[in-house]
Amino acid sequence: MTTATHTFPSPPPLVAEQGLCAAQWGMVAFLVSEVAFFSTLIVTYVTFLGQDTVGPTPAEALSLPLVIGTTICLVSSSVLIHGAQLAIEHGRQRLFSFLWAGTIALGIAFLVGTAVEWRELIVDHQLTIGRNLFGTTYYTLVGFHGLHVTGGVIAMTVVLGLALSRNVTRDNCISAQLVAWYWHFVDVVWIVVFLVVYVGGRGGGL
Amino acid sequence: MSLAPPAHPFENATHDGSGRRFGLTAMLHTWTTSVDHKQIGILYILMSLVFLVIGGIEALLMRWQLFFPRAEVLAPNTFNQLFTMHGTTMIFFVGMPILIGLGNYLVPLMIGARDMAFPRLNAFGFWITLFGGLLVYFSFATGGAPAIGWFAYAPLTEQTFARGPATDFWALGLLISGIGTIAAAVNFVATILAMRAPGMTMRKLPFFVWTMLWTAVQMLFALPPLTAALVMILFDRQLGAHFFDVQNGGSAYLWQHLFWFFGHPEVYILILPVFGMISEVIPVFSRKVLFGYEFMAAATVAIVFISMGVWAHHMFCVGMSRTLDLVFAAASLLVSIPTGIKFFNWLATMFGGRIRFASPMLFACGFLSMFVIGGLTGIMLASVPLDFQLSDSYFVVGHFHWVLIGGTLFGTFAGIYYWYPKMTGRMLSERLARWQFWLLYIGFILTFGPMHVSGMLGMPRRIYTYDPDRGWALWNQLTTLGALIQTPSYAIFVYNLVASWRNGTPAGDDPWDAWTLEWTTTSPPPSYNFEELPVVHSRRPLWDAKHPEDPDWQYE
Repeated sequence: MTTATHTFPSPPPLVAEQGLCAAQWGMVAFLVSEVAFFSTLIVTYVTFLGQDTVGPTPAEALSLPLVIGTTICLVSSSVLIHGAQLAIEHGRQRLFSFLWAGTIALGIAFLVGTAVEWRELIVDHQLTIGRNLFGTTYYTLVGFHGLHVTGGVIAMTVVLGLALSRNVTRDNCISAQLVAWYWHFVDVVWIVVFLVVYVGGRGGGL
Repeated sequence: MSLAPPAHPFENATHDGSGRRFGLTAMLHTWTTSVDHKQIGILYILMSLVFLVIGGIEALLMRWQLFFPRAEVLAPNTFNQLFTMHGTTMIFFVGMPILIGLGNYLVPLMIGARDMAFPRLNAFGFWITLFGGLLVYFSFATGGAPAIGWFAYAPLTEQTFARGPATDFWALGLLISGIGTIAAAVNFVATILAMRAPGMTMRKLPFFVWTMLWTAVQMLFALPPLTAALVMILFDRQLGAHFFDVQNGGSAYLWQHLFWFFGHPEVYILILPVFGMISEVIPVFSRKVLFGYEFMAAATVAIVFISMGVWAHHMFCVGMSRTLDLVFAAASLLVSIPTGIKFFNWLATMFGGRIRFASPMLFACGFLSMFVIGGLTGIMLASVPLDFQLSDSYFVVGHFHWVLIGGTLFGTFAGIYYWYPKMTGRMLSERLARWQFWLLYIGFILTFGPMHVSGMLGMPRRIYTYDPDRGWALWNQLTTLGALIQTPSYAIFVYNLVASWRNGTPAGDDPWDAWTLEWTTTSPPPSYNFEELPVVHSRRPLWDAKHPEDPDWQYE
């Protein structure tokens, strides 16, 4: 026995792990909880569909043209924000800010469209949250989605401020990426809401 | 171990013992503004202990009222408020925060990280949970607490039946603390998946960390539906919406589905971290590695997913349909398979080991012996015809207290006795631990055992009194006697925490000769946890360091 250390086994080399960073996992986890939240609201909407004893029904109150317009706004904003991400990955900061601002504008357009639609529902159809089950579930579901769009618009405005002060660069764009993931999620939720509320639900059943 | 571990220059800034030097204001400032995961963890634990005392007093008041038939200690409405607050407090402001607190303290230390992934989100989660709890209790100041039961069945929560603002406080408080819980879950997922020490692959995670990860996943799925349902209650009450307003087509049945979709996973949120703690304690005190780590890990995942499909076994008596009853009964029975795997693996870990009956192991054995009984009555209740007879009786009350106290609480005590030396640098008194254990063990059996009998004799839960000719008096008196035996055990525990913190035996870095990373740093750890980040090659890195001639990674 010369030196004990000599005979000790030595561990295998470490293999570097690849995967998402903490902030990305955090956003994924948050979005999972959001999926659970919206699933609950959508299930509730479908449960109460056609259960009303007083009108107006979805078929009487909901009009498609305006909503198709706002839907186009939101879906195309997802395309724009994806373009913005590609731009920042190639280091094109001005193009990024331009596309990013366009996304914000489309988000605001969606909110304005929703406001117009709600005004119509409240004034012309007397549909309020307390009117009937349709009003209750509709305003809750669409309202919470609108709240999430509003949150997204605020978050994107903050990122735009960062970008204009040159704090969003190719090597430092995690904030833009996370907000973009969130925005895609809000968009996907809207597509489901659109299909359930405006396409399937207007017939009084799915 | 030396009496005074070398003080680090930065240590004085955060640690309680030396913090007193700066005066009360400075200490309060440090603790209220802290974003250190260890301090936040301790705050969570202290908050839970305060609420545990409050919830316990509520329970004692109810037991006093039920001691004699036709007693008039409490008015019926007060009794309703007390059981509502007792359940709400114990689930939301004792059970969850104490486990989140232990996880907060331990997860970064066990994975070799310097803090949680999002320290400020962490502080936000704690404070909003605390203020949620306070908000629920503020309802007392509005002329009475909510009297709706902890699962708040519709239409009791509607304006028509709950006129005061108490129910609004209740819903808002739970909603807010639920957001805190989701924040904690997001933090756990990000920390565990992205901040492990070099070499600590997912297959080398300490088992407690693995269970915290899946607890967090379950929180992400289960809490948001509750949040949505609470929003619906608030909309019904404040905006005149009709979700649970039966007269206008709303559905009381929907609330039950939404609540139990949260409520059943919730009980696994309350037990999975405890499974993790037990899986740390039993190996160390049996001097063996955890038996069947992979099977234990897979069983944890199985429990998470199966338990999300069993919620309607709380609703057999609602009259769903024969098919739904059978589906949910079968799914409920399925959960017993992974849980049984865990149970036998713990026994197999102990088998042939050199068992040391120190206080953590004592409580772990208390957990094993009691949890299995609670599990067996659970299997009884999962069978539909039996549930028709026993639903909403004291049998159910006996069952879930058996798993929550026999399971969650005994396991949590095992964890606290195991990790208290790490948190404070002092050992808890073993003599007091034994007094606490036996008083709790005997008092617990005497409290909740007779509930099964009074339940089978037909005593419904939540009644504020009963007639003398029912034959329930003896069983209720035994239950109250058991509660009185349990009470000093909690007092001893609190005394032990305080007295040992002041003048317990110094613990040293590694008092239990354990194997995971938290024991490689000082007790209490410095604010940065590790001077240099550890490198890990096996599930027992400290064993490897202590036994370089025979390291674990050779066998894994």
